[in-house]
Amino acid sequence: MSVLELRHVEKRFGEHPVLRDVSLTLEAHRVACLIGASGSGKSTLLRCANLLEPIDAGDVLLHGQSLSDPRVDPNLVRREIAMVFQSFNLFPHLSVLDNVLLGPRYALGRDRAEAESEARTLLARIGLESRAGDYPDRLSGGQQQRVAIVRSLAMRPSVLLLDEVTSALDPTLVGEVLDLLRDLATAGTTMLIATHEMAFARDVASEVLFLEEGVIVERGTPAQIFDDPQEPATRAFLRRTE
Amino acid sequence: MTDSSEGTGPDPARLYLPRRKVAFAGRRGTAVSAVSSVAVIALLVSVFFWAPGGANVRATFFSFHDMWVAFRGDPSKGLLSVGSGLITNIWMFLLSEVLVLAIGLLIAVARVSRSPVLAPFRVLATLYTDVFRGIPILLVVYIIGFGLPALSLGAISSQSPAVYGVTALTISYSAYVAEVYRAGINSVPHGQILAARSLGLTYAATMRRVVLPQAVRTVIPPLLNDFISMQKDTALVSTLGAIEATRAAQIYSSTVFNFSSYVVAALLFLVLTVPLTRYTDHLIARDRSRRLAGAS
Ligand SMILES: Nc1ncnc2c1ncn2[C@@H]1O[C@H](COP(=O)(O)OP(=O)(O)O)[C@@H](O)[C@H]1O
Ligand SMILES: [Mg+2]
Repeated sequence: MSVLELRHVEKRFGEHPVLRDVSLTLEAHRVACLIGASGSGKSTLLRCANLLEPIDAGDVLLHGQSLSDPRVDPNLVRREIAMVFQSFNLFPHLSVLDNVLLGPRYALGRDRAEAESEARTLLARIGLESRAGDYPDRLSGGQQQRVAIVRSLAMRPSVLLLDEVTSALDPTLVGEVLDLLRDLATAGTTMLIATHEMAFARDVASEVLFLEEGVIVERGTPAQIFDDPQEPATRAFLRRTE
Repeated sequence: MTDSSEGTGPDPARLYLPRRKVAFAGRRGTAVSAVSSVAVIALLVSVFFWAPGGANVRATFFSFHDMWVAFRGDPSKGLLSVGSGLITNIWMFLLSEVLVLAIGLLIAVARVSRSPVLAPFRVLATLYTDVFRGIPILLVVYIIGFGLPALSLGAISSQSPAVYGVTALTISYSAYVAEVYRAGINSVPHGQILAARSLGLTYAATMRRVVLPQAVRTVIPPLLNDFISMQKDTALVSTLGAIEATRAAQIYSSTVFNFSSYVVAALLFLVLTVPLTRYTDHLIARDRSRRLAGAS
């Protein structure tokens, strides 16, 4: 059964349609990459999937369950769908460790000692255990973004949404974040990734979706999209990003 | 080789100050500011000596004997101590500050909430801040201090003037402080709220764990500024007959016909407010240098 599914989703800001008839299915342990020009609706799509934005029509399903059911509590849904942002959005008033602990403690209500040992294990995995007591502003952008990824993993989500997580980084720091995402993909993490890193998308994606002006114009395997795009719009976009 | 190449360059000494000025330059800043401070103070004080009414003013405003008696009080002449009056000011503002911090926060949180359930509170909170920031505090003091006793409502109408004073100050300042908090809440980047909500935190948990801790930190200096004003405004409660520093000073001056008691009261208020003023400035300077460091 699919982990996350969007069915004919429509989203407007005022009169301006931002997503039009968007459908996608993400199976467990798969990685889907969303590509498209800036303003094409990638961030909006991810926010709708996480119920951070209400949708105007269509449906979002988690493990086959419709999330437009009024009995569904969005807070419970978001514990299962984690999100990582372009600008990290670490909490500046909390230490690295407390950033990672915030969700487990105050959304899941787990006790500190137990959650803490797990958080330290996660930080050790990205080589930042020794920085657990530091505040985020002491860390490089690459380190901050890796902490942000670990912060979402601490929730043990069913799916991870990543919104251009390397776009705000100094080029020299992009590699360490992409390497972490590659590791996660290899370990079978289900992910929906909006990205401008085409080489990375080709490596990790099981499916690539090209979005233009809120419409999924073309979708397929990385080989289909990058080597043999069918739509003129996809070809034009890929030519521009080369 | 290095020597010869340096020898051919321009003489570094051409950029030096004249030798005579070099010795002075190091201590120049301190020396100049000390001399100019003394000169300015001397000039201001000298006004009391050469002005035609100078002697008069010195005797009626700056008599050390009267200052001392006013400070201590003299029960045999019915003179109240300005010093112990100040104790009343201190507990009035301490109590008001605690109440204002709590009530101001509640009002601010009500105002920024988007929940439809809280809509009536949002309207009330907006109305409250609009009304009480618009009414002079002295009038609020009168309305509470004379209005509540006139109601003849048991305990509500039989409190001391100081209690009505605290009530009036709390009512007025909660409106100002709520706006300070609200500005702080609005200054927290939206991405922080998105990050917290996407972790599954509820709106309330997001406020409590993410938004408010950051908001409070940024508004500490403006909050302290409001507290400095409130410390001074405790003097307004004298109009209700509360025996605080200003009132004791007034009794002294109208009994002995010497105004030195007011100067004592003024000095005592300075002793209270100046440390807070300095501390607030220190915090503002620290924030500023942090921001400059962060921007580089
Ligand atoms: N909160 C919002 N209010 C109004 N318009 C928005 C909002 N968020 C995004 N948009 C508009 O929606 C379109 C898609 O934006 P976005 O999803 O951020 O695209 P992308 O992430 O692909 O760059 C843009 O035209 C943008 O201006
Ligand atoms: Mg975007």
